[in-house]
Amino acid sequence: MRRYFGRKLLIYGLTFFMAVTVNWLVPRLMPGDPVASMLARARVAQPEAQEALRVYYNNLFGFDLPWWQQYLNSWGSLFRGDFGISLWAFPTPVADLLTRAVPYSLALLIPSILLSWVVGNRLGALAARRKVLDNTVLPVSYVLTATPYLWLAALMAWGFGVVWGVFPVAGGYSFSMTPSFTWDFFVDLAWHWLLPFSSLFLVALGGWAIGMRNVIIYELESDYANYMSALGAPQKLIRRYAFRNAVLPQITGLALQLGVLVAGALVTEIVFSYPGLGSLILAAIQNKDFFLLQGAFLFIVLGVLIANFIIDVVYVIVDPRTRVGMAGAAA
Amino acid sequence: MKAEALYFAIRNTKLLVGAGIILVLLGIGVIGPFFIDKPPTEYVGMQMQPPGGEFWLGTNTFGQDLWAQFVHGLRTTFLVGALGGGIAAVIGMVVGFLAGYKGGWIDEILNMLTNIVLVLPTLAVLFILNAYIGVRSAGMQALFIGLTQWPWAARSIRAQTFSLRGRDFVDLARLSGVGSGRIIMREIAPNMSSYLLLTFILLFGGSILIASSLDFIGLGPTDAVSLGLMLQQAHQWSAMHLGLWWWFVPPGAGITLIVGALYVANVGLDEVFNPKLREL
Repeated sequence: MRRYFGRKLLIYGLTFFMAVTVNWLVPRLMPGDPVASMLARARVAQPEAQEALRVYYNNLFGFDLPWWQQYLNSWGSLFRGDFGISLWAFPTPVADLLTRAVPYSLALLIPSILLSWVVGNRLGALAARRKVLDNTVLPVSYVLTATPYLWLAALMAWGFGVVWGVFPVAGGYSFSMTPSFTWDFFVDLAWHWLLPFSSLFLVALGGWAIGMRNVIIYELESDYANYMSALGAPQKLIRRYAFRNAVLPQITGLALQLGVLVAGALVTEIVFSYPGLGSLILAAIQNKDFFLLQGAFLFIVLGVLIANFIIDVVYVIVDPRTRVGMAGAAA
Repeated sequence: MKAEALYFAIRNTKLLVGAGIILVLLGIGVIGPFFIDKPPTEYVGMQMQPPGGEFWLGTNTFGQDLWAQFVHGLRTTFLVGALGGGIAAVIGMVVGFLAGYKGGWIDEILNMLTNIVLVLPTLAVLFILNAYIGVRSAGMQALFIGLTQWPWAARSIRAQTFSLRGRDFVDLARLSGVGSGRIIMREIAPNMSSYLLLTFILLFGGSILIASSLDFIGLGPTDAVSLGLMLQQAHQWSAMHLGLWWWFVPPGAGITLIVGALYVANVGLDEVFNPKLREL
């Protein structure tokens, strides 16, 4: 088990190292003087902001230093939690903008990932080897999993928000409200949350149902299932055992899908103008706010790595074989 | 073997339906632009016209012909999917074959690299690359997508190669002094050709979905029209709020149809190649 975690942590550490390095290297690969072109591209209105930025950038990049010192400095500022200052929301530090947006993103991501995983697995397990259910669940799942997140979000915003007019189509809460710990505000928050959550949930659901169905069919053909039915065990019991075995590859699948799910959440947020990381990234791209973009990138990488680690821990708890160092611990 | 595969292929409804949809859309994308004499971004008519006789899919708030955009967009979308999926498949194969066949420290290093790229959230990496380097042609977009999409393919190809390399016919080839490259090309790859085809199809669909997200966020090609860019413009100019459903429903439906048809054809092909899955 120590070997298993050691290997995982090594990979995550290397990944983070690589992400920070890419983040440091890519701006330096830009043709020409990066500071000048950033300032030219940035849409900063006030001249004093322009000058402050020039000084700030030159200090920050420290182009007069040797490259290895520039590189080490970037690690230093990272550990101090210094992601630079946003151009788009000058002079707010990038770290502040990001920490304000993260709760909204997490509020969308965590429930939609967990719920779609649980419900999708149940649905797939039910559908496997049951003709009628299989013929309805499977096609619907294929359509859902082929749908771009942003399109389903747009359809729902249009259908429920504009045509039917029941749900709000933009923002995290009504413009007339100020954030507070009151019941009214909470209801308003939930009302704005429901549509983006549902569209994320639905697209993710299809993939889990398909995956679970295929693994369950495989498990139901295995030796232990045949043996149990030869002994006369009830179908229900065999299915329960098959489900428990089939959950393991689905947990691995969850780790592999994290990147796709996060990407889906980002574009969904943009469709609904939801005040999470996705909307920040859009603003950063539209305003050429590279510090904000890079900060968001590191936040996302860090979040995905932490989530991966949590899934690894869950895997060890769920699968006893990894604990005694037997099979199943493939990195 | 070939005749047998064909026998099951023409009897497999999933494969026929999936391939049929893809061929029809591909046909529209390839041939359609020749019948449209004006560029897709030209202002050709009245603004905000609903679908009708003159403009099949209506016009947007600028009076651009949405059918023309859709047809050109299909072409770009197929191009990005095929190129991105192709590049990812090639990298995945090279890494997977090498790691699986060579083993040892080559496998250790390649496996580590695969795992690292696998946990990196690809879309976030693409944001950074596209935003900074700012090359905005469809081909460049496909290249970036291909460079980030290969890990899971490499991983599964490695596992397959691993199980094949201990077989007698591979040992025989090795004993008769054939080089590693030739063994991989002549002995191992042909034995998993169906699997490689399935992998490419999945990468194809995945690339289209990623490209649509990139387009939507404003990092799409600037010299072309794609289905994702149509969605981006529809959102940017509030088509939803203006009720211009013909602006954002067709491009999204196009993407969903292509990717869904690819997945369904993939399942069909799997049944054709794998006797265990056939429904008789």
